[in-house]
Amino acid sequence: MITRTLPAPLPISDQEHPGSCPLSIHDMTVAYHRRPVLWDIDYDAPPGKLIAIVGPNGSGKTTLIKAALGLVPAASGEVRFFGMRYARQRGRVGYVPQRESVDWDFPVSALDVVAMGLYGRIGWCWPVTRRYQREALAALARVGMADYAHRQISQLSGGQQQRVFLARALAQSADVYLMDEPFAGVDAATERAIVEILRELRSQGKTALVVHHDLQTVTDYFDEVLLLNMRLIAAGPVEQVFTSENLRKAYGGKLALLDEVGHKMRLAGGGQ
Amino acid sequence: MSRFRLAIRAPAAPCAAAIVFCLLLLASPLRAAGEKFAARQGELAVAAQNDAPQRHVPRRDADHHSLTDTRWQWPTWDDFVSVVSLRNVNTLWVLLGTTILGVSAGVVGVFMLLRKRSLAGDVVGHASLPGIAVAFLVCEAISPGAEKSLPALLVGAAVSGLAGVLCMAGIRRLTRIKEDAALAIVLGTFFGLGIALFTVLQSIPSGNQAGLDKFIFGNAASMLGGDLWLLAITALVVLLSCALLFKELSLVCFDEDFAAVQGWPTFLVDTVLMGLVVLVAEVGAQTVGLILVVALLIVPAAAARFWTQRVLVMTLLGAALGGLSTGLGTILSALFPNFSAGPIIVLTGGAIFAVSLVFGARRGMAWRLITLIQMRNRVGRHDLLRAFYEALEKSSARNGKPAAAAALTERSIGLDDLLVRRRWSPPRLRRLVAAARRQGLVVVDQKQLRLTEAGAAAARRAARNHRMWELFLIQHADVAPGRVDRYADQIEHVLEPDVVRELEDLLARGYPELAVPASPHALEPAGGKP
Repeated sequence: MITRTLPAPLPISDQEHPGSCPLSIHDMTVAYHRRPVLWDIDYDAPPGKLIAIVGPNGSGKTTLIKAALGLVPAASGEVRFFGMRYARQRGRVGYVPQRESVDWDFPVSALDVVAMGLYGRIGWCWPVTRRYQREALAALARVGMADYAHRQISQLSGGQQQRVFLARALAQSADVYLMDEPFAGVDAATERAIVEILRELRSQGKTALVVHHDLQTVTDYFDEVLLLNMRLIAAGPVEQVFTSENLRKAYGGKLALLDEVGHKMRLAGGGQ
Repeated sequence: MSRFRLAIRAPAAPCAAAIVFCLLLLASPLRAAGEKFAARQGELAVAAQNDAPQRHVPRRDADHHSLTDTRWQWPTWDDFVSVVSLRNVNTLWVLLGTTILGVSAGVVGVFMLLRKRSLAGDVVGHASLPGIAVAFLVCEAISPGAEKSLPALLVGAAVSGLAGVLCMAGIRRLTRIKEDAALAIVLGTFFGLGIALFTVLQSIPSGNQAGLDKFIFGNAASMLGGDLWLLAITALVVLLSCALLFKELSLVCFDEDFAAVQGWPTFLVDTVLMGLVVLVAEVGAQTVGLILVVALLIVPAAAARFWTQRVLVMTLLGAALGGLSTGLGTILSALFPNFSAGPIIVLTGGAIFAVSLVFGARRGMAWRLITLIQMRNRVGRHDLLRAFYEALEKSSARNGKPAAAAALTERSIGLDDLLVRRRWSPPRLRRLVAAARRQGLVVVDQKQLRLTEAGAAAARRAARNHRMWELFLIQHADVAPGRVDRYADQIEHVLEPDVVRELEDLLARGYPELAVPASPHALEPAGGKP
């Protein structure tokens, strides 16, 4: 059994007012077919920050987001968005899934995809009226894709597709955004556009948790970082957490973990 | 031709499998099993003739209706006229019924296809068989020897069809067995059970087995007034549900996870879709048979996909093509009464699919071929015009400035001057010149070629695009000047105006709006290149 080596994340000033913490995860463990993927995660996201979720492949970054949104059942633990269960806060949470998660040959236009972010407000059985189409178009314009509104989505480049997904979440005008690898395999123009959007969101006091794979840009793009490798290695402001020591812990992979366990066992059992 | 590929993309793959599967089944339309039923079929036809006036009466001898009867003949003109003019009221009713069925199956099929569950209809069809047999046995136990009520059989079919789908979903969810294997397991087991039960109930001496084989092979011709009502209600339910849930169904088909995150009950939406599939499959089974009903669902939808890039249009087209294929198939089967109607209807759908595959406006093969030819023509035109520009460039330049359009039109050159500039064969060059002449870009005067004004402008644009791209490759992609020509050749023809603008920005705006940059590498006749 691995015990957490870090103390609980630094207490955040307004933790006493749970309503203002955009996302708090408490004691969450997730397992696929009995194999734990995430182990005992405790995390409170500070409001109004851009937060990078960083960790090696298979460290459970995507699972963290999916479990927070209830797409993957958690074996234990609980998740609160602004102090409430997700089911009651859906409108305030925007989700940008991985681009590969859908079939881009689907017969819809970019505008249709963005309008999907508004379906929740449109409600059952009502069609997408002109008013909502205008809103979707505005969201597309925010990511610089207004000219491509009526293109079928397979005729967009990878970066443009990613921006369509981002626009779909923006159309929802949520307060906290969970994004799964929005920077994966995109062109420079898209990367700039996404960063701009993220900063715009932050200036509006919104929070974004972004799964990120490019360690080089973490310091440039993000305020906070959450280092993950099956368990929470460290979380907090980039300058404090994004240290080589922590990175080694996260990216040392299973070896580092075994080292640590072995070390503990030696300490506990008096060595071999 | 190498670039021309028949790209049946991801959603088309499962449906292609479904189609191939159906065609394979059609290849030997269950002759072996058919012979077993043949005698009974003959009796049925006789019964149908004696039975009631509202039945569709086969126009020829009853024994022609047998599956073992391989004789057939072309319809006479009179037959043709009487069928096509729908003078026979029964034919009209049958046509109406099958068309309604085709429309509802087409609509449901679109969402099945987009949900990538094309073969679920096949599972429903095959898994219905044991339910029909059980329903028959129950009826037989209640009132031996009586004619079985259709609703009872349909309910039995629907229950076991649904059970099959649920088994498949369960296997997929609870074990690590993948969808295709789950499908094969469920389909095979249920169908096997059904066949076993059928052999049992056929041995019941007192049993009135009329109407049972109708489910397996379908029998459009014996449609009754009640069947028509059933079909109409089915169509109403299907069309209403799909119209009301259009947005929800499309969302779940496109991005299930996002739908779930947004709070849409994806399981409920899926269940509604599956319910519609079961409904259409069971009702449709009476027309084309349990085994072929999947084709009724998927083939029109797959054909519709070739014509459009929008779900709404695809749904409407699926309905139209579904109605068209069943309607046309019904008329054909009335013309060729020796053939079973079900397979003819399905084959008509297959033919419509083939036509869509080739001529589909958006993704059809013919359209792709035309695009390819247009592209080749454009490339050839650009090459010709650029060669022209390069041939005239030196002599037309004024004061070190690039040649103005007007200067380009003044001088004429011979075909040989162009021939040495690129590696093209004389016949190809002549073809290109002839095309350019038709388009008013070049005039030919006593074997001398001269650019028109339009041609000069186009030549400047072609040379400019080429050289801007070359400069970009040299400055920003570290391509050696000696090799840049060939690289640029591959891409300059597809530069869109906004890309050209971006190139201009990138190349430090060093090239005013119309000027053509000097070539970044030495220009030499093509023969000199390795």
